Amino acid sequence: MAGVIARRARKQRIFRWTVLIVLGVFFVLPFVAMVEFSTRDSQTWPLLVDWPALSERYPALAEGITNSLLQAALTALLMLVLLVPTAVWVRLRLPRLRRLVEFICLLPLTIPAIVLVVGLAPVYAWVTYFLGGSSLTLVFAYTVLVLPYAYRAIDAGLSAIDVKTLAEAARSLGAGWGTVMWRVVLPNIRSAVLSAAFLTVALVLGEFTIASLLNRTNLQVAINFLGKSSATMSVAVSLTSLLLAFVLLLLLSLLGGRRRTSKESS
Amino acid sequence: MTGVAVHLKGLRRSFGPTHALDNLDLAIEPGEFIALLGPSGCGKTTALRVLAGLEDADSGEVLVGGKDVSSLPANRRDMGMVFQAYSLFPHLTALANVSFGLSLRGRTKSLTRAREMLELVGIGQFADRYPHQLSGGQQQRVALARALAIEPSVLLLDEPLSALDAKVRVQLRDEIKRIQTEVGTTTLFVTHDQEEALAVADRVGVMRAGKLEQLAAPADIYLTPATPFVAEFVGLSNRLPGTVVGNEVEVLGTRLPMLSPASSPSVTALIRPESVQVTADPEGSGRVLTTSFLGAISKVTVSVGDELVVAQVATDRLASLAPGTPVRVTLQPNPVALA
Repeated sequence: MAGVIARRARKQRIFRWTVLIVLGVFFVLPFVAMVEFSTRDSQTWPLLVDWPALSERYPALAEGITNSLLQAALTALLMLVLLVPTAVWVRLRLPRLRRLVEFICLLPLTIPAIVLVVGLAPVYAWVTYFLGGSSLTLVFAYTVLVLPYAYRAIDAGLSAIDVKTLAEAARSLGAGWGTVMWRVVLPNIRSAVLSAAFLTVALVLGEFTIASLLNRTNLQVAINFLGKSSATMSVAVSLTSLLLAFVLLLLLSLLGGRRRTSKESS
Repeated sequence: MTGVAVHLKGLRRSFGPTHALDNLDLAIEPGEFIALLGPSGCGKTTALRVLAGLEDADSGEVLVGGKDVSSLPANRRDMGMVFQAYSLFPHLTALANVSFGLSLRGRTKSLTRAREMLELVGIGQFADRYPHQLSGGQQQRVALARALAIEPSVLLLDEPLSALDAKVRVQLRDEIKRIQTEVGTTTLFVTHDQEEALAVADRVGVMRAGKLEQLAAPADIYLTPATPFVAEFVGLSNRLPGTVVGNEVEVLGTRLPMLSPASSPSVTALIRPESVQVTADPEGSGRVLTTSFLGAISKVTVSVGDELVVAQVATDRLASLAPGTPVRVTLQPNPVALA
């Protein structure tokens, strides 16, 4: 009997390791290839960390990086300013609209980026007319694009607390709505807000379709453009942005883990 | 500190076809402790929320200290409130929770005052704990301290004990009464638990369908209920058929005075279990069906003819009243309400 159990355990172990190794190779191999390829030219990586030299040699890439970082920061900010008060207000005063708001926020997920661009093009003609053709105007489109992810994150955060009672308690103690948001709601959904912001940054840094089709420059457009002239540099930049996204997602799951443990302890 | 008078005048509030408040009038004396009692959906919580400013009335006035506060938002009404659900701010310690309202008012020494309040509610030693490190009863104590710290003109308690277990509930109920007597704040306490209401309040208001059925001292509510609804809702009552004879009603062979005149000769009388006496008697017309042990007192259900009568007896008498025992049932000549 004991022999059968031991054999079965060994079989399971072998199966587990096989699956892990196959998956590991599947995911790691492209990275190894990227590292190998991007290090063929010894100049590439040193140049990537030397910002003045990089912007002199690849001005389009430097512009793309700056644009993307600014877009990511501004999109996260605009998303939070729009979404957090809306989600809180819907929970407090318009609970019947919750499904509708959720549906609207999830819509961008079901619409392909290319369709979104077709719809956005005439809108952006006006945006360009009023605000100019700066790449930062993409922030509006990106805010729509990140809604599904950000809404989910913030809604989950709000579900974990009793917003209505907390807000009413604060109001009865003399807090205005600004104080309720800033001193009561936000501190209690901090990790949800961070999750939403991280997802936004990761998404905006990886966005290509809309920027390219609306003739704006961002990191991905610049990488694509650079790929035609300097393949190693474009691969190195791609790898860096991928790693950055990984770090963000890792931080996000760490935050999620911490939230779970703090809940368990209660 | 002395309390202020509160007057709810002709409040109306509808949710669709339901009238949560139907021309409600309620006058609370300065420093008085009023409990609003009623079944769920009777409008008691709505009345409290309208007073707090968390809900708007469709019409009517809310007067606090003689001033109409109807148009003031909740944060400018100066009321302390304790909620049914745990409402402490999870990211703040007990002490920070209590000093929250004080810091909004820019009070100096807000932490000292917050500590005093925590001492007052008996949990000074837990000042640095977060809400999730406190038990339900402790959390509600902190919530009470937080509500009282701002020295509100009115203290509002929205079923603050209903989430707690029985023993803690009784303890905290008595504490609330003690603290209210000590600080003298005008208090409105909403509950569906009649025992709670009768135990703590100076006066109890029984509500039904958005209206006050009766507002009186606990003993009056219990002993001389103004309406059949109050008689039935407050305390357990037997519903027994009776025949009107002059100014009295005859129930199970005993003539009893009536609280209100009868509209027809045959009526249903509402008899409290403690007014029913059960004595073992081989010649008796009743028979014990079941007995339930409740501690110092016990409950005995007796069948008399077609009727079931519930009586309250001292537990030491339970031995002589085993199920099946023939018994004689008599009623104490207390005034009875008619359904």
